[in-house]
Amino acid sequence: MYEGIDGIRVIFEGINFQRLMVGLLVTLKIAAVSVAVSIPVGVLFGILMTSRKKWVRLLCYFYLDAIRIIPILVLLFVFYFEITRVFKIQWSGEFVAIIVFSMWGIAEMGDLTRGAIRSLPKHQIESALALGLSENAIHRHIIIPQITRRLIPPSINLITRMIKTTPLVALISVIEILKVGQQIIEYNLYRNSTASFWIYGFIFIVYFLLCYPIAEVSRRLEKRWG
Amino acid sequence: MSILEIQNIHKSFGEHKVLNGVSLAVEKGEVIVLLGPSGSGKSTVLRCINGLEPISSGSIILDGETITAPNTKWNKIRQRMGMVFQSYELFSHKSIIENITLAPVVAQKRDIKEVTEQALKLLARVGLTEKQNAYPRQLSGGQKQRVAIIRALCMNPELMLLDEITAALDPEMTREVLDVILDLARDGMTMLIVTHEMAFAAAVADKIAFLDGGVINELSPAKEFFENPKCDRAKKFLDKFKF
Repeated sequence: MYEGIDGIRVIFEGINFQRLMVGLLVTLKIAAVSVAVSIPVGVLFGILMTSRKKWVRLLCYFYLDAIRIIPILVLLFVFYFEITRVFKIQWSGEFVAIIVFSMWGIAEMGDLTRGAIRSLPKHQIESALALGLSENAIHRHIIIPQITRRLIPPSINLITRMIKTTPLVALISVIEILKVGQQIIEYNLYRNSTASFWIYGFIFIVYFLLCYPIAEVSRRLEKRWG
Repeated sequence: MSILEIQNIHKSFGEHKVLNGVSLAVEKGEVIVLLGPSGSGKSTVLRCINGLEPISSGSIILDGETITAPNTKWNKIRQRMGMVFQSYELFSHKSIIENITLAPVVAQKRDIKEVTEQALKLLARVGLTEKQNAYPRQLSGGQKQRVAIIRALCMNPELMLLDEITAALDPEMTREVLDVILDLARDGMTMLIVTHEMAFAAAVADKIAFLDGGVINELSPAKEFFENPKCDRAKKFLDKFKF
């Protein structure tokens, strides 16, 4: 039985550290794939949100509001347990996690993009129209280049929010860093009375090291470009 | 045949009627200045001509082609008309030369070399050659507006629509911009101009169209309009500019 400070051994015992790192890789994979999907698709979604067709806008707002109102955890459960059961399909927890996080990321990124487009002076777009540029050309040459700068700080912020929400996926049996940590704690229940403190503490530090630099970059860019 | 014919156009913003049947024919090489009190619909006429505002009824014919038909490809039509706004609106993320060459290359699919050559000639004409690689924020208002004018000219438009292009400028900058327009008029460019600069209007216009209450009250040769306006409203309007 380890006690007190001695309990820190639990992190490095056996292959524990290795397992935690493998869990971290799963976390990173889910976050990275979701972010990689969310940012480009979210920008397109944001452009759709500024469509001149009212029904397109209504549909987009419905999606955005739905995603914002429904807790992520509920979405994870619905996709992992219900949709797979009703439609008799096999989706891994990791896959469901990526779908749900991407749906969320697309909605949020879309809203950020919409805001950035709306904040452009109306005449920038009018003068581009007056020059005979097509709508596609205006998006490509005028709107997207001008909103990129404004979008970088808030989208970095969104990335950190996505990373720190990943532990939820432990609840749909994805073995990511938190789940690995819980397994280690359970195994050490009668061998190390402070295992949970050290493991959760370790995970805390890992998340901090992951998110803090990103948040710092966002803050600096905001200051420089804001 | 007129290059541009506006036939009885109406336009409302909700309940508010802005244009109540405006008709006007513009001949090739002609400069028509639209004058009138604010809110008389001058700018709206220009915005309707290049499709930034849809009209409620009437028709607009460009070089024999009805452009107010429902299937109008506005981006093609707009390439034939250069429009310049009060707030110049250069693209802030592009250099001056890129601002000028963007639309000819992207929308008209012209060769970038040929367009750049033309752009440089135009820049030289307005005395801004050394600014070609500068960004809009490094230019004064008058310089930006001159660039906006040649950005429209580089599309080789059949006519120009100028919407209060000096309203946001200091008086000394107004002059440098208006000189460019006078120069264009001498070259025979067809132009439809909305302005509040009376002296400029008198100098540049072949005809004055006086708008009030969403209709053209008077259309006269410029000299005649300023010396001897026919309608009472125009007389009252002109009196306001006398001290």
